[in-house]
Amino acid sequence: MPQTLYDKLWASHVVHAEDDGTALLYIDRHLVHEVTSPQAFEGLRLAGRKPWRIDSIVATADHNTPTTDWNEGIKDPISRLQVETLDANIREYGAKAYFPFLDRRQGIVHVIGPEQGATLPGMTVVCGDSHTSTHGAFACLAHGIGTSEVEHVLATQCLVQKKMQNMLVTVDGRLARGVGAKDIALAIIGRIGTAGGTGCAAEFAGSSIRALSMEGRMTLCNMAIEAGARAGMVAVDDTTIAYLKGRPFAPAGENWNRAVAYWRTLASDEGAQFDRVVRLDARDISPQVTWGTSPEMVVAVDARVPDPDKERDPGRREGMERALVYMGLKPNTRIEDIRLDKVFIGSCTNSRIEDLRAAAALVRGKRVASNIRLAMVVPGSGLVKAQAEQEGLDRVFRESGFQWREPGCSMCLAMNDDRLEPGERCASTSNRNFEGRQGAGGRTHLVSPEMAAAAAIAGHFVDVRNWK
Amino acid sequence: MERFTVLNGIVAPLDRANVDTDAIIPKQFLKSIKRSGFGPNLFDAWRYQDVGEPGMDNAKRALNPDFVLNQARYKGASILLARKNFGCGSSREHAPWALADYGFRAIIAPSFADIFYNNCFKNGLLPIVLSELRVDRLFHEVNAFPGYKLSIDLERQLVIAPDGATQTKFDVDAHRKYCLLNGFDDIGLSLRQADKIRAFEARRRIEQPWLFG
Repeated sequence: MPQTLYDKLWASHVVHAEDDGTALLYIDRHLVHEVTSPQAFEGLRLAGRKPWRIDSIVATADHNTPTTDWNEGIKDPISRLQVETLDANIREYGAKAYFPFLDRRQGIVHVIGPEQGATLPGMTVVCGDSHTSTHGAFACLAHGIGTSEVEHVLATQCLVQKKMQNMLVTVDGRLARGVGAKDIALAIIGRIGTAGGTGCAAEFAGSSIRALSMEGRMTLCNMAIEAGARAGMVAVDDTTIAYLKGRPFAPAGENWNRAVAYWRTLASDEGAQFDRVVRLDARDISPQVTWGTSPEMVVAVDARVPDPDKERDPGRREGMERALVYMGLKPNTRIEDIRLDKVFIGSCTNSRIEDLRAAAALVRGKRVASNIRLAMVVPGSGLVKAQAEQEGLDRVFRESGFQWREPGCSMCLAMNDDRLEPGERCASTSNRNFEGRQGAGGRTHLVSPEMAAAAAIAGHFVDVRNWK
Repeated sequence: MERFTVLNGIVAPLDRANVDTDAIIPKQFLKSIKRSGFGPNLFDAWRYQDVGEPGMDNAKRALNPDFVLNQARYKGASILLARKNFGCGSSREHAPWALADYGFRAIIAPSFADIFYNNCFKNGLLPIVLSELRVDRLFHEVNAFPGYKLSIDLERQLVIAPDGATQTKFDVDAHRKYCLLNGFDDIGLSLRQADKIRAFEARRRIEQPWLFG
């Protein structure tokens, strides 16, 4: 019977299955960060257990780390304790690789995994972080887990899982200039909603997806969870293999050839059955801007803020009204008339070199608008930062009035000092516009790096398709 | 883990869809390295009038009187009634920790986000999916009758209304039910398969050696 990519990844990792379909699934790569691991290591210690396979663990500190004044360390004592706890746990138990605070390879866990070649096709990849779906761009089965599961993987190298449903999202055709992976992701979420992929592993396919770089595919898979799908994935092709060649933890020599031969099989078979299929035409996708407090509250940049009075469903209407109050927006306002206070380019969604190049190209030789109190670029990792600096992108940003920061999760979730003040409005390349996400009372509009960069220069949203 | 058999408790209604994990427990509280103590900061931004930070004396903070959990009639509630896609957003287990620490043992909603749903079971918290229609009716009943209680029988997979006669069947998968009924943690159960894990791993080491070392 023809199999989907997910069917193949699932079947190749089942260690044991119960009668009701509950399976023990083998985990190849366990990514660890400071926020969701301390209680797991503590649980392991209390039970007198040891990690099953240390060489599956790649760890870093990213959520709490500051993006300025690294020479002063982590000033917030509670954040510092969490990072030091990770240091101590890795020291005690070991890891294949650890990129601690201040290491030049440190960065957002979902940026450094692929960057190091620690994420490889055919793997199962887990991390105590919902954006682990990012790694599915490499035809992995990758998803977020809770802390109890982090402990479970540490102790057993397995997860207790039930098979999800197969979902196929196809995007075909050529994207307009200035429209990219982030816009595809938001357009999909706008179409199917934040629960549209619940219970599913989503495969992204079609000519528009094939044309995306690995960075673009990571952006797309990263946002799968915002559509409710724990795992997103893209089949292996030449783009995947070219990206991996020569990465520090990628196989080399004879193993490389063997690996590539296997990786080439990691695609859905012709005629494979999906439980759900969603199709989009790339020509219908415009640059997207969220207007509310859920990623599904999204419209095209040339549209207007929706009017709750036109919504028939009372529950949805109430949700829209509440979101508009929180966001300080009036129905029918043109998206391009929304003025901003801050701009954030970064996060595991959009902080890779390609994202920074795209943003820099738009701001080169221009100045951040006077109403923008802070425009900042936070590279996804130390290596992304170094690469960008080698290409002179840091100068482009600085000369335009952007701040150029140290790598980390930063203002995506504001666990460090980077945050919005109450009422501040931000164009953000991150993944969640929930109430309070970027700081209590902060108002987040999710956009692509190009859209964020252009908004910083104009002071309000603009349609990057017309950018000169 | 505490066993879950039959729960009889006051129901608190949280009438909004897509309640996300940032709302359940805001990120400033994720800096803790413990599993306990999150209850006072459950729904922090909705529950209090000021902005909460770790280390504050929560007993001294001004409550938002409009928030449902602050109303006297829902004091001591152990069942949360919610709308669709409850628990969407991050994988933080701090969300079920906060709900459990507050005193909730069950959540009833038309749907849950996957990771959150999964995390509940690891913490003795039972998430129950009922139809949108049934949940709607429960909201009406809870609002109409102060002190409204439901009984939840996990063994029989039933939600039982106060009249004793209105019983609604719910689904739960066998493995999770077994663990919850007995208070078993997964790790102990999984390690019973240690030989199979070792054998799988040995085979994998030969077939895909680049995944090891």
